[in-house]
Amino acid sequence: MSTYRIGAGSGFAGDRFEPAEILAERGDLDALVFECLAERTIGLAQQRAASSAGAGFDRLFLDRLAGVLPHLAPRTRVLTNAGAADPVGLARAVVDLLAAHPRGAGRRVAAVVGDDVTAVIPSHARITGTDLTIGDLGDRLVSANAYIGAGAAMRALENGADVVITGRMGDAALFAAPIAVHHGWDDASPDEMAAPTLVGHLLECAGQLTGGYFADGGRKVVPGLATLGFPFADVAADGVADFGKAAGTGGLISRATVLEQLLYEIDDPSRYKTPDATLDLGDVRIDEVGPDRVRVSAASAEGRPEQLKVSVGVRDGFLAVGSIAYAGRGARERAELALRIVRERWEVVHGRDPDEVRADLQGYNSLRPWHEPSGEPAEVRARLSLRTFDRRAAALLHREVEALYTNGPAGGGGADLSLKETVGIVSTFIDRDRVEPRVEMVS
Amino acid sequence: MTTLGDLAHARAGDKGDTSILVVAPYEREDYARLDETLRPDRVAGHFGVDASHVTIHAVPRLGAFTVVVRGRLDGGVTRSRAADPHGKTLSGHLLDLVVEG
Repeated sequence: MSTYRIGAGSGFAGDRFEPAEILAERGDLDALVFECLAERTIGLAQQRAASSAGAGFDRLFLDRLAGVLPHLAPRTRVLTNAGAADPVGLARAVVDLLAAHPRGAGRRVAAVVGDDVTAVIPSHARITGTDLTIGDLGDRLVSANAYIGAGAAMRALENGADVVITGRMGDAALFAAPIAVHHGWDDASPDEMAAPTLVGHLLECAGQLTGGYFADGGRKVVPGLATLGFPFADVAADGVADFGKAAGTGGLISRATVLEQLLYEIDDPSRYKTPDATLDLGDVRIDEVGPDRVRVSAASAEGRPEQLKVSVGVRDGFLAVGSIAYAGRGARERAELALRIVRERWEVVHGRDPDEVRADLQGYNSLRPWHEPSGEPAEVRARLSLRTFDRRAAALLHREVEALYTNGPAGGGGADLSLKETVGIVSTFIDRDRVEPRVEMVS
Repeated sequence: MTTLGDLAHARAGDKGDTSILVVAPYEREDYARLDETLRPDRVAGHFGVDASHVTIHAVPRLGAFTVVVRGRLDGGVTRSRAADPHGKTLSGHLLDLVVEG
């Protein structure tokens, strides 16, 4: 089998657009994958769809696809998890987009559904790390989606789909699917899925493999971060993968960038659980084989988990934040005074618990409040934050921060208020055989 | 005074309320020094948590470690009130850890 080239078009829902277009144009890709689904995205999408305030899928993907279409080779397959809570809905929108586009003709679209396990998850299922069960969440539960494996997306590709839209799926599985189909690997075999899953794990955050989230302004120098190129992998029939990026783009791919991403968000490197394989990353080899060219080999699996992880969205009220800034002489003292005033009024005037309001000095100790700061800040922002189910309490915090303009310490400026409705994410596990992913060919 | 950042580079990630940090020496010969420095009690002190909240995984063949700190993210990215709910900035904090000897 020939080497298979797969590229990363986005690493999260808000990622840059043009790197995918450049990769499509210069990369000679067999597949281009857009990872667009953060943990909480499905819950938020479900909430949007339920309130009919918008789509249950990530509309930005349509712009991403329109951007790459003029450059895609006819053979290039496109996969994304941007379907979120409504993969079929996004698949239909993609069909419409392709029909209206001169380069869209002849591309078939499939949706993968069945990751939504809201109807089948047992109410006695325990929420990981707590004594609570799914049943205890009551009407706060907004979504429950299993991280499914590559299998269903592979069936879609085997059925002739050129564009595959999924909801929740293991991020690496989304990349593993087209590689495994090409090389004839069996999705039920963890040993055969080890290599493509490892490739997917390395590509899933896109620019984080090619020098994004890496430069430190000193020793770790990355050229051309403003034009950072997204990565691709050339996956050979023996599972060895060479990673690179499009010619003429900025960024850097080296042993160090790959090593940081290999272990990124991995608790125990000897047991990295994905739906298709439990990977042992400890023996993986990383070798620089040319300029911006890194070889990754020796992927190995020890079986795969009997249960699939389920991401559960929980209605979690509002997050209200208010802040106001101080500069120059005594800036820190004045900001501290502002924090004290609001917390005192929270208790004395409003009769509420002052500890529900978090108080930070941004520019001084907000990111690591347990750590002793060194030196005095030239400017500092007093920041107060509150998580609440009570919209009036959120509004109250905003009023209190804004009132600091005329009632607080001297020289407070730039009051900034924000309110977000939030969906919390907890997780549980479900037996593999209770989840039935399936393919809907939409065109 | 030598700090971890003089010898190593790091990347921060998160899973729920747990911060997961990758740290690797620039030079292979500094691996043993990192191994001595990255003790759960020392890392716990640096992060202001109990030592039972910290796990260090050594990955010698890759020349790297993962440092796992539980309960430091104010409930995690979807719940946190903090200015940096992911704890992305904690790689910089880890690299401030003083290296002994």
